[in-house]
Amino acid sequence: MTESITPDVTIDSRGATCPGPLMDLIGKVKKADPGTVVELMTTDTSSSHDVPEWVAKAGHETLDVVEHEDEGYWSVFIETTK
Amino acid sequence: MTERIVIVGGGTGGTVLTNRLTDDLAAEIDAGDVEVTLVNDTPEQTYKPAFLYVAFGKKTLAEAHRPLTDLVDTRRVDLVVDRVSGIDTENKHLTLDADDRGLDYDYLVLATGANLVPDEVPGLKEGGHHFYGPDGAERLRDALADFTDGHLVLSVIGVPHMCPAAPVEFVLMADAWFRERGLRDDIDITYTYPIQRAHGIQSIADWATDLFEERDINLETFFNAEEIDPDAKVVETMEGTELDYDLLVGIPPHAGSDLVTDAGLGDDGWVAVDKHTLEAANAEDVYAIGDVADLPTSKAGSVAHYAAGTVADRLASHVRGLVPTATYDGKTICFIESGMDEATFVEFAYGDEPAVREPSKLLHWSKLAYNESYWLTARGLI
Repeated sequence: MTESITPDVTIDSRGATCPGPLMDLIGKVKKADPGTVVELMTTDTSSSHDVPEWVAKAGHETLDVVEHEDEGYWSVFIETTK
Repeated sequence: MTERIVIVGGGTGGTVLTNRLTDDLAAEIDAGDVEVTLVNDTPEQTYKPAFLYVAFGKKTLAEAHRPLTDLVDTRRVDLVVDRVSGIDTENKHLTLDADDRGLDYDYLVLATGANLVPDEVPGLKEGGHHFYGPDGAERLRDALADFTDGHLVLSVIGVPHMCPAAPVEFVLMADAWFRERGLRDDIDITYTYPIQRAHGIQSIADWATDLFEERDINLETFFNAEEIDPDAKVVETMEGTELDYDLLVGIPPHAGSDLVTDAGLGDDGWVAVDKHTLEAANAEDVYAIGDVADLPTSKAGSVAHYAAGTVADRLASHVRGLVPTATYDGKTICFIESGMDEATFVEFAYGDEPAVREPSKLLHWSKLAYNESYWLTARGLI
């Protein structure tokens, strides 16, 4: 259940186009401890699938991708593993 | 009452803005109704795009500098060579390093640019070269001159970074340069980029990917250097991969200014601004132009140039008691070298996907001609 995910860090990249949201996330993940839950808020359609692709490649975990249809953005929840 | 406009930063944005203001508001300045002050921490301006050519021995550092007194109208602007150490947006006051009195302003424009922060990646300073500063460009020139075989890796480590096309240009130029010198068969070239394609802009990524394949330049994507081992000559990534190199050119991470963060004007040193008006989101009568502005477009000289024009128009309207109507649409132009004797050109605004033109010798010479005439841009003439 998405409602149960409480992020440790929230990145608001709404309004930024690719690659801004992914780069914002990479920058935060680089400095985060293992087990940190990060919420990335993005209005960029491509980020909602590019971000999980990078997260998998980097060995972290995508917890959920939630579309906030009314507000026109996605929340991508990830957890760092290393 | 005199309206005091203070511009911090004497790069492209700062000098174009200064010159636009001293032209547009000449009568008001001469009448004592407006004062324009330009603060810079050195007496010179540096034209950073020259560094790419310095690395290949095609330009010298001396060509990249001009005294600010040659670039602005010192009859109508107070040129202050000092470092701003604090911004108080409540009291509209700047603290200066050398002058205890500081500076009061009615309108403030921040044009402080971007800073390199290679220390964010362990080993990068020791193991990597770059062409984003004068010393780096000369060191790289010497390293390239000695490089006759092995693996040249260009890794884009920091995004956003200045001049987003320059890393693509670098590998295409290196490819041509080594071919000209008969060394290319003994040199492998790899280009790495942090996201899933070769460049942030899709059409440039597609264009570069095709050229890389044609010219035998390896492409690694989703590649985020985490640490460099200068002794073993290995790049280790966040994705868990390793890449051996013999000569590493690493585009260092960039940061804005601590002044910005300390003043509450934005995160990571970039000023949060309205992308059309360039007005700071978190303070009254503060603007930001150029690399320090957190805009959804490239950190490029053309962006600083066009944004400076918008802010000049808006400030002129303010001091004349008019409603400012000028806005910035994200106009960005960029020449992109695709070898040592050909180049392409892109032009776009916010939300546009630029078309990449067929590279030509004419565009290459246009880029070189613009480099020579750049100082006219800084002087507000073109």
